[in-house]
Amino acid sequence: MEFFHVKRDIPFMSYGKITTAISLVTFLLAVFFLVHKGLNLGVEFTGGTVVELQYSQSVDLNQVRTKVDALKYGDAQVQALGTTRDVMVRLPNIKGKTSAQLSNDVLDTLKLDRPDVQIRKVEFIGPSVGDELVSHGLTAITLVCLGIIAYLSIRFEWRFAISAIIANMHDVIIILGFFAFFQWEFTLTVLAAVLAVLGYSVNESVVVFDRIRENFRKPNMRGRDVPQIIDNAITATMSRTIITHGSTEVMVLSMLIFGGPALHGFATALTIGILFGIYSSVLVASPLLLMFGVTRENMIKPVKVKQEAVV
Amino acid sequence: MNRYPLWKYLLIIVTVVVAVLYTLPNLFGENPAVQISSARATVKVDAALQDRVVDIATKAGFAPDAVLTDENSVKLRFKDTDTQLKVKDAIQAALGDDYSVALNLVPQTPAWLVRLGGKPMALGLDLRGGVHFLLEVDMDAAVSKSLDKTAGEVRRQLRDKSIRYGKIDRQRDSVVVQLRDAQTVDDAANALRKGFPNLAVTPTKDANNYSVALTFTPASLAQLKSDAVKQNVTTLHNRVNELGVAEPVIQQQGEGRIVVELPGVQDTAKAKDILGRTATLEVRLVDDDQSHLQAALGGNVPDDTVLMSDRGRNGQSAPILVRKEVELTGDNINDAQPAFDEQGQPAVSITLDSSGASIFRQLTHDNVNKRMAMILVEKGKGEVVTAPVIRSEIGGGRVQISGAMTQEQARDTALLLRAGSLAAPMNIVEERTVGPSLGKENIQRGFESTMYGFLAIAVFMMIYYRVFGVSSAIALIANLMFLLALLSMLGVTLTLPGIAAIALTLGMAIDSNVLINERVREELRNGMSPHMSIQNGYAHAFATILDSNVTTLIAGLALLIFGSGAVRGFAWVHCIGIVTSMYSAVFVSRGLINLIYGYRRRLSSLAV
Repeated sequence: MEFFHVKRDIPFMSYGKITTAISLVTFLLAVFFLVHKGLNLGVEFTGGTVVELQYSQSVDLNQVRTKVDALKYGDAQVQALGTTRDVMVRLPNIKGKTSAQLSNDVLDTLKLDRPDVQIRKVEFIGPSVGDELVSHGLTAITLVCLGIIAYLSIRFEWRFAISAIIANMHDVIIILGFFAFFQWEFTLTVLAAVLAVLGYSVNESVVVFDRIRENFRKPNMRGRDVPQIIDNAITATMSRTIITHGSTEVMVLSMLIFGGPALHGFATALTIGILFGIYSSVLVASPLLLMFGVTRENMIKPVKVKQEAVV
Repeated sequence: MNRYPLWKYLLIIVTVVVAVLYTLPNLFGENPAVQISSARATVKVDAALQDRVVDIATKAGFAPDAVLTDENSVKLRFKDTDTQLKVKDAIQAALGDDYSVALNLVPQTPAWLVRLGGKPMALGLDLRGGVHFLLEVDMDAAVSKSLDKTAGEVRRQLRDKSIRYGKIDRQRDSVVVQLRDAQTVDDAANALRKGFPNLAVTPTKDANNYSVALTFTPASLAQLKSDAVKQNVTTLHNRVNELGVAEPVIQQQGEGRIVVELPGVQDTAKAKDILGRTATLEVRLVDDDQSHLQAALGGNVPDDTVLMSDRGRNGQSAPILVRKEVELTGDNINDAQPAFDEQGQPAVSITLDSSGASIFRQLTHDNVNKRMAMILVEKGKGEVVTAPVIRSEIGGGRVQISGAMTQEQARDTALLLRAGSLAAPMNIVEERTVGPSLGKENIQRGFESTMYGFLAIAVFMMIYYRVFGVSSAIALIANLMFLLALLSMLGVTLTLPGIAAIALTLGMAIDSNVLINERVREELRNGMSPHMSIQNGYAHAFATILDSNVTTLIAGLALLIFGSGAVRGFAWVHCIGIVTSMYSAVFVSRGLINLIYGYRRRLSSLAV
């Protein structure tokens, strides 16, 4: 069985201007929402107390909200957690009150109204931990980028490394843009997903680059110009691209559907990452490569690499 | 062509068998158990205790299914939680306060697997419920406390050497001693360099400022901080024992943080209360008036005294009457080490700080020929370790307590005195409570999402790539087992993000197989013979697989280095998964394909 057998190369590069323009717009939109709305940072980053409650029967959120507001604990948030029985209450840090006291206060107040409520989870994070997480997260991202650039520069060439990393950052910023636009909660697991996407999306670019490198060396590709070679590489790897991403996405969808609220943010971030990962490796990284002026000579020079390819 | 040498097939078989063996322990589940551990540093868990608790359980009518003993605890395994609860009560009643008895779950791994080193993955708190604390050690306070002590010791040192000094000033990050002239500056600097090899000694010789300053060198400062954290970890261990928690985690994290995880604990308030409590030493005078003691034994304790028991060498205790007034506390202890006294008996050698030393000198000066009691206060209850008679005034801040104790008791007492109090105060910076039902649900959900996703991918691969798809699916199963086996062997704690990483890794692992299968198809399309197609397909795909996986691994490693908690759990699985997926996709699936096609002479087509 074959779904994606394309006989003739699709001229992706001739659409290069349009696709880069589109991605530039989405990118700028993402940046705009990030700056304008900002991320709805989870309690791990901001500090504060989160209480997850479960009722044995469904509950009216407004009722809970009024009760919690009556406690006057500053800017409290009450949200449903997937079902009408699960409720999440978020409280800012309050001086002189421990989270145990806070959560007990909340529970006691709510119990007066509805005795069937019970605590499922309490999280308290002090304010100092969050800053550290942000700095660690940024360090990790920087390190990943440097590592990838270094590796790709050695295995390929600097043009490939830079294109891949730009395409990569494009994906990451767009995921963040989505989280900013919809004000989804940005938690530690979402950060893990974003970092996983960094690896995942570059993986995708590398597969295409690998084909480009191979094409440059193929004797029967001699007559083709660079855009044609890239088109051929993308077309040749297209069916792999779709199947691989399809499989990964099936896994992620399974997490999204069966994984419950705890895996929700993680799976959402990955879904966006996978979708834009395909797009960016094909329609951002490759036109960039062309823009940076990659030539056959760039890839043919090192004799050592050539031998590897023959093996 | 396309045949592996025998050793490669054997290698595949061996790795798969090993993977199955070490994945197995995860399938057996857990049984309820009762865990008995020591609640005091002076009480040890040993073979005698094991016999005793088995005896108690058997007498109560519930012989344990299995008995497991390790360094710190004895665990008795039972069939159901009902028996577990009854036995727990029976043992608790029989053993009293010296031991903490906790409910636990023990893996049901068969004995032969355990002997091979098989153990199931540890579950993180998010999967089994409990309390998690992240505590931050107040380093400034630790440094400040240490400088205070140094100031006292400087004074003593200079006095011993008969060097005249002026004011000793404890400043923000140094101790400054004012001196009279250039000569005394040199003398003092020399003496202090000898006395404090870890500190930087800086003499100043100005016309109107003769002084010596002592500061911590960066190395000694780092040492001081790491000691403070280590001591706090030890102290927390002692305290958590009191809670009777099964398998608590107390670990240093980063430079000055400590993670405490108490599985199964729901009452955070009580947990916090105990974490903050201190075990310490008290020195009090003994009331040796026999008539008072007789009266006290008769139930009529004099107002200013308390009746305590004096632990003898054989564990027998004698009543002793001590005064209520505390002369000296463990706060004044700088160090405690096991030692031997003049008679060669085991003893604990204690070094007091300067104020402790002067109090002790005064105390011994005023009470020659009387007895003083060294009382170890743990869990709010005192126990007299020793009650020696004071022969003469003791100066210099070095005290030996030698009473009736074994060498081991001396060591434990020293440890307890050192670890009894925190080296520096701590703040809770993070606290999480996960309900047990939520934990169970998380496991269930994680498991289900992985299973359904896996099934969907496997079925698709088999339909789309036929024989090659079947080989891919088998390679994927092998990959899952390699991953689970490695995680179990390495003792990685499984968390919910870890489960997510398993699912994601499986989804991504199929990439290598897809690359190979697509390449084989392509080679066939280009008119290669089936054998050449297999050969070239794998060879060409390999370069791509290597590049793409190494770049993914770079991202994974960065996560591992900079992540903590949830992210780290994710990163571990992610990194190991990349390595196992390369092995299974390139090596195992090739082995299968070689086995299927490699031995056919005339091969006209491939089912791909």
